[in-house]
Amino acid sequence: MSERAGVSRREFFRMLGGGIVVCVGCAALPGFGQNRWPRYPEEVDAYLLIGADGRVTVFSGKIEMGQGVMTSLAQMAAEELGVELQAIDMVLGDTDRCPWDMGTFGSMTTRMFGPALRAAAAEARSVLTGLAAARLGVSADRLTVHGGVVSVTDAPSRRVSYAELAAGKRLMRRVGAATVLKAAADFQVMGRPAARLDARAKVTGEAKYAADLRLSGQLYARVLRPPVHRAQLRSLDTSAAEAIDGVTMVRRDDLVAVLHADPQHAGAALAALRPQWQLPQEPGPDDDSIFGHLAESGVPLTESAHRGDVVAARAAAARVFASTYRKGYVAHAPLEPHAALAEVSAGRATVWASTQTPFPTREHVAHALGLAPEAVRVITPFLGGGFGGKSADRQAVEAARLAQLCGRPVQVAWDRSEEFFYDRFDPAAVVTIASGVDAARRVTFWDFTVYAAGERGAAHVYDIPDLRIRSGGGMSYEQSAAPQQLHPFEVGPWRAPGANMNVFAIESQMDIMAAACGEDPLEFRLRHLSDARMRGVLQAAAAAFGWQAAAAPSGRGVGMACSTDAGSYVAACAEVAVDEAKGTVRVVRVVCAEDLGIVVNPEGARMQIEGGVTMGLGYALSEELHFRGGDILDRNFGTYQLPRFSSVPRIEAVLVRNDALAPQGGGEPPITIMGAVIANAVFDASGSRQLRLPMTPERVLAGLAESRHHAS
Amino acid sequence: MAATVEFRLNGRPVSLGAGRSQSLLWALRGELGLTGTKYGCGIGACGACTVLVDGRAVCSCLRTLGDVEAREVVTIEGLAQGGKLHPLQQAFLDNGALQCGYCTPGMILGAHALLASTPHPSRAAIASAMEQHLCRCGAHQRILAAIESVASRAEHAHE
Repeated sequence: MSERAGVSRREFFRMLGGGIVVCVGCAALPGFGQNRWPRYPEEVDAYLLIGADGRVTVFSGKIEMGQGVMTSLAQMAAEELGVELQAIDMVLGDTDRCPWDMGTFGSMTTRMFGPALRAAAAEARSVLTGLAAARLGVSADRLTVHGGVVSVTDAPSRRVSYAELAAGKRLMRRVGAATVLKAAADFQVMGRPAARLDARAKVTGEAKYAADLRLSGQLYARVLRPPVHRAQLRSLDTSAAEAIDGVTMVRRDDLVAVLHADPQHAGAALAALRPQWQLPQEPGPDDDSIFGHLAESGVPLTESAHRGDVVAARAAAARVFASTYRKGYVAHAPLEPHAALAEVSAGRATVWASTQTPFPTREHVAHALGLAPEAVRVITPFLGGGFGGKSADRQAVEAARLAQLCGRPVQVAWDRSEEFFYDRFDPAAVVTIASGVDAARRVTFWDFTVYAAGERGAAHVYDIPDLRIRSGGGMSYEQSAAPQQLHPFEVGPWRAPGANMNVFAIESQMDIMAAACGEDPLEFRLRHLSDARMRGVLQAAAAAFGWQAAAAPSGRGVGMACSTDAGSYVAACAEVAVDEAKGTVRVVRVVCAEDLGIVVNPEGARMQIEGGVTMGLGYALSEELHFRGGDILDRNFGTYQLPRFSSVPRIEAVLVRNDALAPQGGGEPPITIMGAVIANAVFDASGSRQLRLPMTPERVLAGLAESRHHAS
Repeated sequence: MAATVEFRLNGRPVSLGAGRSQSLLWALRGELGLTGTKYGCGIGACGACTVLVDGRAVCSCLRTLGDVEAREVVTIEGLAQGGKLHPLQQAFLDNGALQCGYCTPGMILGAHALLASTPHPSRAAIASAMEQHLCRCGAHQRILAAIESVASRAEHAHE
């Protein structure tokens, strides 16, 4: 154990109050093990504790933002340990109590952290069973575990509880490589629908979010914001604001804020500030000219896949289809705006923040305050939605800086306008596809280029001999930022980043070719698919939907799409009604089938499917940021239209059983197909092909007029 | 000296000296410590701050203390009685009608007001009544099912 390790084993147990600890190290798993902060006696990613009261506490740096991992992780631990779900307590996203974690995103919690947690729980069970064997004087293989009690299988009255076994112990184990996990057939807790552990607190209003927390003597801060991105503050008259009784004014470098013990007075002080701004000389592109800007930006293209010779195949094709697809910027718009409460005293900072990335947030806060990361504690209460947008933690840094400068606890809770202004939007993007078929209606080549969305979802599993996939100007996990100057404001990861755009383009293109070949979209897809999981989800969705084979446009308004994301496969069929006079699209029904390997919580998986389908209606039909350069024109829900009750179709979630595969990602895959499945259904209804998202009434009407023109 | 405003809150009389023009939302969340009522948009466009005033659902971000003087205000904290959840709260729980939970208090109170005025609404009428409530997680279908499950009962309690 090195000096940097922070606490000794003895101190660690003093902190925990004794018991049996099993540490999880998942360094071998991709996406973990980077920059881990070695403050634990072992290098660990999480650990669980069996206390003297028999309760099991799981400590993990993951966070709960509605996706349900508080419940599904508890199910995994309960299953492998052999305890009731109710015996598990989850401590999430607290940087002092939980080991380092890079953040909660990418549908990685279940598929990457899950196996490690299960292994730790299985190891704990093995340790406890060993202790019980010694206590009961029988060999471990004669013991049965149920509900946290170990009993002799053929003499059940001889028993000892986990609580009794853990009492007085200070035992630490590390997960061994050979830990055997339970098979799906033996599951008692996993694979069964579990009610959310957070539901009761959320229906009673007891659940705390960052803006709900209060500290004695705290100030509410309002921060001065520029009217547009890249504006510079030229001068500031603070006299009227400072005349308000009780106002504290902070002006330090780029941070200008007014603070007050009453949030209303802080708001009044903000309104009383008289700033003069220098606006940027060049306004930059707007929400229409952005697409030309992206495609002509000259960003270098990198090739992520290449086989065969697309140029020769194009020349040899019987028919060639060239399309350009576009999608605007989309906001995360979580119902809870970013918020943080910070306290800085005696060289230590504590920040309660709505963040998907508590450990990176700790680094950012430490850097801003000039403290060592160990001197900063980030605590993550419930998040009121994240969707990738709360990987950005500007509000936490602001609160911490202000708390340090004022010497009092400070809350920074953004209003909706700030939330829109500082959203790191899902980027506008352009995809061009050239593809072609031979005389036998077989797709022979696929030449795909995506600008600005990134590579995720650009690969597909269709059997196409000659293929090229290129990407320019996209984001990557490692560097969740786009190239400079490509966008007029910041962009960032948005639920299945890139995949929504790429799958829209891929699955629209497949439909275009199927229609041109006069073939049923399902038959056409299956004819190009040898991937068994994709065939499985397509057939499951079609069966549950009652898909009737017909070439589009059939006038029925039905469409389908499929994709693979985060290790899962997903397919959907949708029915829409297009109002040809108004251009409105009403989605009547969506059947979504998903193969996500072993399903930990079927109820939770269905919620994620329903949630993804519903949220996906937004980017497909109504959500698009309006802007002129750095001037964000949509600042609230009056103009930026989220899906509403009236727009929600009947949604049927179908879980395709695949117990041979470890659990895969569930939070993101279903949303990826929503652009294409609706566009394909709109085409089937109307004969008009929509190539740009969202499919607003105006664009649908324009498309209908164009298709009538071509028909006449 | 700001005027004192008196009203009933979750069945108890309260008296606040913050003045009639004080925002109801911030009085609830601040001085009264009832943080179950959420800020979402500040313009009455999301429903997260919904409370009941004399049984009707209102956006507390658009109301002042003066607006509720001598009235009965109910927040999410006032629905459960003696630890027993209100049927709507129980229905949201049973139907898994929430994810992040941030819109949930407003949803439940919005539904409460609907069922008080229309005890047995159709599903379409429920959707229409809830139209101004936003949920970003996409729990809409389950929220409708939860409300419908209460509405379909011959008798359901609403205080």
